[in-house]
Amino acid sequence: MKTGRVNDLALKIGTVNGTGSASANGLIMQSIFRMGVPVSGKNVFPSNIQGLPTWYEIRVNGSGHVARTPDFDLIVAMNPETYAQDIEELVPGGWLLYDSSWPMADTLRRDEVTFLGVPLAEMCVKTFDGGRTRILMKNIAYTGALAALLDIDMDVIRGLLEETFGEKKRHLLDANFEAIRLGYDYATENFECPLPIRLERMDATRDSILIDGNTAAALGCVYAGATVAAWYPITPSTSLVDAFTAYCRRLRVEEETGQSKAAILQAEDELAAAGITIGAGWAGARAFTATSGAGISLMTEFIGLAYYAEVPCVFFDVERVGPSTGMPTRTQQGDILLCAYASHGDTKHLCLYPKDPAECFEFSVQAFDLAERFQTPVFVLSDLDIGMNDWVVPRFEWDDEYRPDRGKVLDSAALAEIETFYRYLDVDGDGIPYRTIPGEDPKGAYFTRGSGHTKYGKYTEDPDEYQEVIDRIAVKIDNAAEAVPPPEIRSRPDARYGLITLGACDGAVREAIERMEAEDGLRLDYMRIRGFPFAHEVAGFIEAHDLNIVIEQNRDAQLKSLLTLETPASKERLTSVLRYGGLPLSARHVIAGVKDRLGLAAETAEGVGA
Amino acid sequence: MTYIAKPRVFHPSLEKNELGLTRRDYEGVMSTLCAGCGHDSVTAALIEAAWELAIPTHRAAKMSGIGCSSKTTAYFMSESHGFNSVHGRMPSVASGANAANRDLVYIGVSGDGDSLSIGLGQLCHAVRRNLNLLYIIENNGVYGLTKGQFSASADMGSKSKRGVPNEQPPIDPALLGLSIGATFVARGFSGDKDQLVPIIKAGIRHPGLALVDVISPCVTFNDHVGSTKSYAYTREHFREAVEAAFVAPKDFVPPADEITADIGSAEVRDVRMHDGSVIRFRQVEGDYDATDRDAVYGYLRERQNAGEVPTGLLYVDPESRDLHDVLGTVDRPLWDLPFEELCPGSEALDALMENYR
Repeated sequence: MKTGRVNDLALKIGTVNGTGSASANGLIMQSIFRMGVPVSGKNVFPSNIQGLPTWYEIRVNGSGHVARTPDFDLIVAMNPETYAQDIEELVPGGWLLYDSSWPMADTLRRDEVTFLGVPLAEMCVKTFDGGRTRILMKNIAYTGALAALLDIDMDVIRGLLEETFGEKKRHLLDANFEAIRLGYDYATENFECPLPIRLERMDATRDSILIDGNTAAALGCVYAGATVAAWYPITPSTSLVDAFTAYCRRLRVEEETGQSKAAILQAEDELAAAGITIGAGWAGARAFTATSGAGISLMTEFIGLAYYAEVPCVFFDVERVGPSTGMPTRTQQGDILLCAYASHGDTKHLCLYPKDPAECFEFSVQAFDLAERFQTPVFVLSDLDIGMNDWVVPRFEWDDEYRPDRGKVLDSAALAEIETFYRYLDVDGDGIPYRTIPGEDPKGAYFTRGSGHTKYGKYTEDPDEYQEVIDRIAVKIDNAAEAVPPPEIRSRPDARYGLITLGACDGAVREAIERMEAEDGLRLDYMRIRGFPFAHEVAGFIEAHDLNIVIEQNRDAQLKSLLTLETPASKERLTSVLRYGGLPLSARHVIAGVKDRLGLAAETAEGVGA
Repeated sequence: MTYIAKPRVFHPSLEKNELGLTRRDYEGVMSTLCAGCGHDSVTAALIEAAWELAIPTHRAAKMSGIGCSSKTTAYFMSESHGFNSVHGRMPSVASGANAANRDLVYIGVSGDGDSLSIGLGQLCHAVRRNLNLLYIIENNGVYGLTKGQFSASADMGSKSKRGVPNEQPPIDPALLGLSIGATFVARGFSGDKDQLVPIIKAGIRHPGLALVDVISPCVTFNDHVGSTKSYAYTREHFREAVEAAFVAPKDFVPPADEITADIGSAEVRDVRMHDGSVIRFRQVEGDYDATDRDAVYGYLRERQNAGEVPTGLLYVDPESRDLHDVLGTVDRPLWDLPFEELCPGSEALDALMENYR
């Protein structure tokens, strides 16, 4: 009879970049997903094409807590260079699966770890021809060993391989499955399988998909009707435009001509990408660019132009570790303040903070509506963890009744109704002027400029005329506070303290809240910020708690700063828990940090590693 | 400052184009540039060209960056949308606008500071992108608004107003354009409207980026003895390589008489563009071939080394493929595609979701 922990484990696979381990790791992750078990996969990779160490972390949790955890039960160590580190990171009682084709130094052995040697290279050399094939199959073979050790359903694996290769690539299917069997059989014959940490079929992912945030955001752009994309390649946002390109090839082709209903321009740099986006927005298209923090830095002058000239445009910032080049393949939430106020002079921007790929899809559609409704740049801030890792999220749905909100656009018929058109006049008193599309009507022509202008759109250097326009824009942006996604608030009865966070921190913080209540009887309220400018509920939540702990992934407590700047809440009610080393947030760190801030169980806060 | 409206003058004797518009209809607000500025002559040439081509005024978009030159987009065609963007970045803004709406006539006006220093990268990549844009560089060798610093087009040895010689080599937009694949390269002089107007007309109709370098002297900071961008120097060293006339497709049959009258002599060669329009060249130089990129490059180098300023519609690629040809986008303007054509709908999404299982 099988015993042990079911559907609750963390495993890590250490390989060498460029050896094709991605498909093996994806196969494991997808198999678990297909078994109906909540799972996450985090790629911890170097900024390198070939040769440096890379890891893939998988967390399985039947209760749905799949935020990253640094406590690994099992590590597949395929890279001798990182053996020592990998062994170190195992929890006591954990397992290390390694390639025993070569001996492992005794000095690396650790008492409380079980070493499972599988001669992967040796078996693959015997079975397969060609150097590259042998390397690739070695990775597939450890998948087989894991299947035996963890009880991953072999039928599911077989099914996935069949879907991948199909009948046309029968030989690849056979080779892959043979490699799986090598690992599986060796493990079954030599170890007691399954281990006390194992999987079991569930039914928790039936209505879910496995998707990364960049793909989801790109799909949102397709559904929102975006027709112009401009970009400059930068990790971790490149795959967003790649996905948009792929979708457009499939979904945006004019049947009769084979021509494309989208223009995707790879620009010479981020400045040009911003300029193209703004030019297209000005000319009436739904346009976007995708970049990361370094790109936003370069775009800031243009962002100020779009703000002041009131041009709708959407910026996806898939954040990575800064400042400067920082760590391009690691995650952070370091651009919160940059995006909120990008550019010189007085500027403030609408920002949306998705927590996962599902919200990337949803918010990307919303971003275009907001950009056109408020005639201003809108930022969607995701991060490397959301953007590049596969997440289990609910299937996306689409309401066919949806129509884009183009905002206040005057066409020829509307222009005929009015005497004179003035681009920057606040006709309705809501701070939002009317705009026209170039080329539509001579009466709608106006001169767009980033220099001082009056409400009539004329050049000015007059103090009052200048202030009138810039003040009206401030009103417009303030009014957007109730239009951006409101915060998600979860309240517990009698909670004195509030946890505030945003974006990808969600999973770890919610897991931490549950665990602290279950283990320590600590009740905490939760607020996840989803948009900026802040909706009124944000200040209300802060005021309702004696202390609010703001959890975010940057050094300088940027969200907390923004809350103190943009709400009337007193500074004393806010404190921080910060993690910013580049790895996705874990509940363990949240718990340690929160307890520390609340003066509880200081010993738990110590010794919290990566 | 571009806020002084110009009184509209109407007189029955004013000549009308085929849209029934007079040249006055193509004017903009009053120029606030210095009296005698070369840029105002370029503006006049633009007005003349747009009037002659009978461009519906609201179907043009005027794009510019920052600088004296970039202000001029306010001085013509008030009924066109204009976009005075940021310094050196007009090319990207124009690229985006053109991507969104391919049906407008895009007129970009820039200067040597805007295009050859801060915006050199954007110029080059707009040329490579070959968007359908008339790209005029009003080239005077100095920064005017900041009071007389040399720009990147200042010639070696050319002297500032204080007599200090420039000691850095110039960037020549025509040579640059030729070397990076420009499909239309011309050089004019603001003091020669007869030459400039046909160049602008051809440039507007050219299906791609038409790079037009116009020597346009700065009367305040660079029109003195010792400057190589002064009126006097340019007149003295001006050399016309080739004379061009532009024939729009609908005028083409039969073009011969009036065009020959326009262009003067019998030594003509027609280059037919793939949209059906024709550029008629009269050979001023013996065997000058305006479709031979390398020969044109060599000619320009040779004449410039001899101290001359070679001008004319110097090079045209009749096979020009513009941004949309290369991207393979639909013939209709992207911004105006009905949402129903852009959004795949719920059924398609449901099907797509199966790929992520």
